[in-house]
Amino acid sequence: MANSQAMTTSFKQDILNGVHAFSSAYRTADTFKAALYTAASSLGAGTTSYTTATTEVSGTNYTAGGVTVTNATAPTTSGTTAYWTPSASFTYTNVTLSTAFDAVLVYNSTATGKNAVSVHTFGSQTITAGTFTLTMPTNDATNALIRIA
Amino acid sequence: MIVTTTKGDMDDSLLEKREGSVDNNIEYTEWVEYWLDGELVHRSAHVRLKKPVLTITDIGGFDNG
Repeated sequence: MANSQAMTTSFKQDILNGVHAFSSAYRTADTFKAALYTAASSLGAGTTSYTTATTEVSGTNYTAGGVTVTNATAPTTSGTTAYWTPSASFTYTNVTLSTAFDAVLVYNSTATGKNAVSVHTFGSQTITAGTFTLTMPTNDATNALIRIA
Repeated sequence: MIVTTTKGDMDDSLLEKREGSVDNNIEYTEWVEYWLDGELVHRSAHVRLKKPVLTITDIGGFDNG
């Protein structure tokens, strides 16, 4: 078992179905969340929702479901690429996460099905009475967290 | 500096500090640990993601056959 970085396949279908609102351009923006998953998980392109991903981390001061994604910057385009990046880091403060984790699932918390957006992987970590921070890349057509080209 | 630990808040002068980093094409990660008498009492990590997720879109053509 291993986690794989991916834009989930169901998210691509959701785009065509108009499921997600990353800004208030056409309707009230949805709330997105970021949940951490153990290194023994198997998240990837086939992950469809937060609800179906059952190997989330647990530990002191970690709330199931993860943290709310700060989303102050609407999706935009440059050339033929559309892109979006959360406007602040994902920060899990004063947590103890003893089971190694290496993935974060971004999902739509407003959607009834808690639909998955993307899975991002990194080197395996544990945290002891400390803070885990995922810093976002530059929000441009080359580096943004999510790009559609 | 005061550090949050499994033993409560402690002055870092009482602790052994270990730190490191990882830099590859996926991430740049910095971590810091504080140890007390051989016991890990604090570990934090900061990961900067480098590799975005990307999907390529395309459209189909009309069948002229």
